[in-house]
Amino acid sequence: MSGHHHKTPHPLYGLMAEFETPGQLVAAARRTREAGFKKFDAYTPFPIHELDGAMDLHDNRVSTCTFIGGLLGCIGGFGLATWCSAVALPLNIAGRPLISVPMFIPITFECTILLGGLTAAISMIVMNGLPAPYHPVFNVERFSGAARSKFFLCIETDDPKFDHAETVGFLESLGPEEIAEVPR
Amino acid sequence: MSQPVELPDKIHVGPVIDEGHSLASVSDKVGGIVLKRKITLGWVFGLLISFAVLQNLAAGATWLIIKGVGVWGINIPVGWGFAIINFVWWIGIGHAGTLISAILLLLNQSWRNAINRFAEAMTLFAVMCAGMFPVLHTGRPWLAYWLFPYPNTMDLWPQFRSPLLWDVFAVSTYFTISAVFWFVGLLPDLATLRDTAKTKFTQTVYGALAMGWRNSARHWQRYEKASLLLAGLATPLVVSVHTVVSFDFAVSIIPGWHTTIFPPYFVAGAIYSGFAMVLTLMIPVRKFYGLDDIITLRHLNNMAKVTLATALIVAYGYTMEAFFGYFSADTYEQHMIWNRMTGTYAIFYWCLILCNIITPQFLWSKKIRTSPGILWCISIVVNIGMWLERFVIVVTSLHHDFLPSSWANYWPTIWDWAVYTGTLGLFMTLIFLFVRVLPMITIFELRMLLPGARVKEPVAQ
Repeated sequence: MSGHHHKTPHPLYGLMAEFETPGQLVAAARRTREAGFKKFDAYTPFPIHELDGAMDLHDNRVSTCTFIGGLLGCIGGFGLATWCSAVALPLNIAGRPLISVPMFIPITFECTILLGGLTAAISMIVMNGLPAPYHPVFNVERFSGAARSKFFLCIETDDPKFDHAETVGFLESLGPEEIAEVPR
Repeated sequence: MSQPVELPDKIHVGPVIDEGHSLASVSDKVGGIVLKRKITLGWVFGLLISFAVLQNLAAGATWLIIKGVGVWGINIPVGWGFAIINFVWWIGIGHAGTLISAILLLLNQSWRNAINRFAEAMTLFAVMCAGMFPVLHTGRPWLAYWLFPYPNTMDLWPQFRSPLLWDVFAVSTYFTISAVFWFVGLLPDLATLRDTAKTKFTQTVYGALAMGWRNSARHWQRYEKASLLLAGLATPLVVSVHTVVSFDFAVSIIPGWHTTIFPPYFVAGAIYSGFAMVLTLMIPVRKFYGLDDIITLRHLNNMAKVTLATALIVAYGYTMEAFFGYFSADTYEQHMIWNRMTGTYAIFYWCLILCNIITPQFLWSKKIRTSPGILWCISIVVNIGMWLERFVIVVTSLHHDFLPSSWANYWPTIWDWAVYTGTLGLFMTLIFLFVRVLPMITIFELRMLLPGARVKEPVAQ
């Protein structure tokens, strides 16, 4: 490892290993994390819940945002109904209360769901950095297999532990089908 | 992750996905329908017929806008004719899609994976058709935005205590969340189409829609969380939507409508009609697109069981309605139920009993549940029955109200039929387009059902 910081970015984005089965990938991801790598990612054609443990993934921000969104929807919906019915256009109909809580519940509920649901989808998309018009992993020709039937692990050059020769050696020890360089 | 499980029944209904499929083969099969399959004459013919029928909607809506709602059969006392009947019918159909995509996801029913995309598309298209009716029923659809609370020069605000306003919020939320849930589910499959497409045009279109999805594990973790949250939010939503629709009736004091059984009875009816419509559409689709190895007899069997279960709930609802009418000791209620069974519209009532209670009893037989042809016929009968149910509820309660001097009959006019058949054309047109441009089965969830998706880590670790 070179001791000084790179002024110019590394010419490569990372090194990518291809695996045949999800089991091999999960084992490889676990060993990569245990070897001390931080900046790496797995690419799979479907969600593999075992990877959450193997890669130590526990991002709960989507849930937090959804809760806040739902709460805002709840308060907003009830506030809208109350403001319209009691402040903006108060109508005294046979002395009935202006703030009729039970009658405001359906709209409060619908607004909760609407804002909660929109926040869940939008926060997931934003936190995943999408839309992403360009990403280096697609430069690997065989990578399209990740959207079909193959499993990939990519260790990124930004990782402080990254060293080209050593990382190639490490990836080889994981028993992949193939290792490819990922140009930027 | 679930694996195909053999059922202990006598008649073999098979696994949720045929053996012999691999991760690559399901992707190619489902994606291939969109990317590789030639446009067939049957598809063109079906699309053209649907599109021709859609013109009824254009004609019906145009004439309505020129002349006003008087061109329909509605008048006082029956002010809610086809518009409300068809609105409730369509929105009910939509409910099966959300049930399959959200509730069955929470219940971990893996068989839903093969049918949820299609059922959700059906939901969206059905809600579009449903939305036409109340908007046209206002008579001045160009002023439909008055339904929403917005600052205006008239200084007026909508009535938040009215179920009709609840409907506006419930249906628009339902459509929005269904569309979002559908799009989130599509993201990984759009990426699959992008990465397997051969022409520049398809790569660009699917690429733009997939937003650069790259199947990253870090993305999948957030994605699964968001899907689960959306399912958790959509589950109470779908129950609330038909509950609110039933409030349109139940909150009023009209005989036959003012009952507490309406919300659960409406929700069950919605799921009932929705599953019938899923069967009506899926049985031909699995045949014409050769998908019987992915949408197996197991799926048809399960859907038929849900149909039967909801049919029994609906039957209970009809029985209770009749009982409440009799037991209420209220002259108007008693007259309403007696008039419903023996009056002008008695034939509609007894046809509805025949379609919705008698016919589904055949589904007790597993042989019938696993015979696509017979099942398809039953599903059509149920669709008709559920339409009749809404006709009976709307018309028989209104046409004999409290004052005999104002009693009158309601019959739809040709313009009522034009708009109704037009929405059927719209629905089928959208279905025909959908099966050609988007993967009609969720590919990535299908992959999760395969033995090749099981995680078996090598021992030497």
